[in-house]
Amino acid sequence: MISILTLVGLGVASALVLYMASKKFQVFEDPRIDQVEEVLPKSNCGGCGFPGCRAFAEALVKSDDISDLKCPVGGSATMTKVSEILGKAVADVKPQLAVVRCNGSCEHRPKLNIYDGAMSCTVAAALYGGETGCSYGCLGCGDCVVACKFDAMYMDEATGLPVVIEENCVACGKCVEACPKNIIELRNVGPKSRRIFVSCVNKDKGAVAKKACAVACIGCSKCFKVCPHEAITMADNLAYIDDDKCKLCRKCVEECPTFSIHELNFPPRKKKVEEEAVAEA
Amino acid sequence: MLKTFSLGGIHPEENKLTADRAIEVLPVPPVVMVPVTQHIGAPAKVEVKKGDKVKVGQVIARAGGMVSANVHSPVSGTVNKIDDIVDASGYRRTAVIIDTEGDEWEDGIDRSTTIKKEITASPEEIVTGIAEAGIVGLGGATFPSHVKLTPPPGRKCEVLIINGVECEPYLTSDHRLMLEKGEEIIIGIQILMRALNVNKAIIGIENNKPDAIRHMQELCNGNKGISVQPLKVKYPQGGEKQLIDACIGRQVPSGKLPIEVGAVVHNVGTAFAVYEAIQKNKPLVERVVTVTGKSVAKPGNFLCRIGTPISVLIEAAGGLPEDTGKIISGGPMMGKALTSTDIPVVKGSSGILLIPQEIASRPKYQACIRCAKCVSACSMGLSPYLLMTMSEKAMWEEAEEEKVLDCIECGSCSYICPAGRPLLDYIRLGKNKVGQLVRKRTAQVQKN
Repeated sequence: MISILTLVGLGVASALVLYMASKKFQVFEDPRIDQVEEVLPKSNCGGCGFPGCRAFAEALVKSDDISDLKCPVGGSATMTKVSEILGKAVADVKPQLAVVRCNGSCEHRPKLNIYDGAMSCTVAAALYGGETGCSYGCLGCGDCVVACKFDAMYMDEATGLPVVIEENCVACGKCVEACPKNIIELRNVGPKSRRIFVSCVNKDKGAVAKKACAVACIGCSKCFKVCPHEAITMADNLAYIDDDKCKLCRKCVEECPTFSIHELNFPPRKKKVEEEAVAEA
Repeated sequence: MLKTFSLGGIHPEENKLTADRAIEVLPVPPVVMVPVTQHIGAPAKVEVKKGDKVKVGQVIARAGGMVSANVHSPVSGTVNKIDDIVDASGYRRTAVIIDTEGDEWEDGIDRSTTIKKEITASPEEIVTGIAEAGIVGLGGATFPSHVKLTPPPGRKCEVLIINGVECEPYLTSDHRLMLEKGEEIIIGIQILMRALNVNKAIIGIENNKPDAIRHMQELCNGNKGISVQPLKVKYPQGGEKQLIDACIGRQVPSGKLPIEVGAVVHNVGTAFAVYEAIQKNKPLVERVVTVTGKSVAKPGNFLCRIGTPISVLIEAAGGLPEDTGKIISGGPMMGKALTSTDIPVVKGSSGILLIPQEIASRPKYQACIRCAKCVSACSMGLSPYLLMTMSEKAMWEEAEEEKVLDCIECGSCSYICPAGRPLLDYIRLGKNKVGQLVRKRTAQVQKN
């Protein structure tokens, strides 16, 4: 009997202490943080630059100007919801995807030596220029694949290059950070997911680049000259296509002598010509 | 009594195959490629252009900053082009490519072998003379020597330590230099002592070179202040901090330079280059390179011009053995595997090592078994297993606290690890990243 009473007494006393403590030390938390967190994708990928969705939600609620904050995973839809909750203007997020800008497969870019150190691109890049004559291209140790939390990348065994699975990619940018060679870039998805990009980052002179890799950008400027939209810039023997300016006319793709400009998700060319012929007829 | 350093260390197989091969002078190669970055610090600025005629010893690139070094033409001839070539790092760097014509030296360079004992230069003249001659630490670190001779204000050098340890297995270039050019080295040491205004110099030599110890001891007789300190054989005794510990029993504090404990360390090769620069007015245009390996037909020590393609050296040693799996510039512990035989000899090339295929490749590594062998082997008192994990997990702040920057990259941890873990690979990465962080922080502080 005594023991039961003692325990009940103890319980009541501690409950009182806890109750008073919770009242006295209560921290006011903006209820909007919970609301915002609710509409975020909760993937905690860190693509927004904050450690997890909760931290991002706090930042969204606390800062006055949120026009430069964005959730790459949720995209415009999520940010519009956030804007409705908070009544603040948000930036229009263009949907993006990760793009691997190297096509130096074993076939295109012969190996000159064998790397048998730790399987990490970062370690290999800190050590030397890589297994091939191209010191800018993909090292093939798969740091990007390890970094991806959305199963959106894998290493192609045949080419030794990483491949982005577009359905899974949320453009969180983790692979971009992981790549020590800055090969991966987030680019606009484009209408019907059509994209054109220079699949090379080699800054060597044309002859050197071409010798190291059959499909390297040799900096010949042909694409630069043919582009009617001034979307292509040349720097350090390398062409770059600005995806905001690119109108997807594909003139540069035809012009490139080394086939280093890639087009994605376009209908096959031949068919297009046939269609035109049919239309004319 | 034999001394050695107090912490860690390992005993790799010595394999000094070329210890009894006299230095052989190689003919001047038909083409040389001279990189402008052969030292730690800012690259030198090219001063010649395509088509220029150059003579041996002419400055072709001038120091690009305080910590930088001049580069001289190692041959006479015409500048073919200034181009980017693949160097030992596997990256393309600027180099001057010269087609050799004859062997005409710049005026005022004394090429005779007569030994000039009397030192007339003042300390200031010595420092400028060394800077002018483009001398860098020839032990392998290639730190510009004149910078070491100008201690920061408020610091006084008490003892000059000369590094004749050559603790890397296989390499014998310093050993041969001590045997054949001992007298010149002693004069070089006297010049360095005068420049630093010290009256004490210690030559540290490992016990596996008894002939060199004896020879240098004989030469030291009658030379006040210079003595030889025989040392126990232990790798990495040739590391600056380890050698100071071994010779005078002082430990350089973390993140500080040897001058903090009153010591300055120079290599025997550097002392010889200093002798040639000051007494003979001869800039650094050639060096001794050991070409060795267990299957090499004629391993040896060769005196060759800077910029000689290593293929020429390999040819001189009897050609590339068929079973070669790796070509390493430097020693087996700290050297770097090369990606091509067209890479030229630079100021810091102490050896070319040809490793047979069967021992060249690294086995697949396994999980850490927590044996702590790496901890007992580390001569800097670090915990390599921990630093590797931190690098793998990108914990840079923690790695900085664990003193990752103190690592001298001697490779003892990777050598001793029974699980074959690439400890140094990751620690080097950690050093790299933490170094970037620290530089960023100091830049921020300077800005504010």
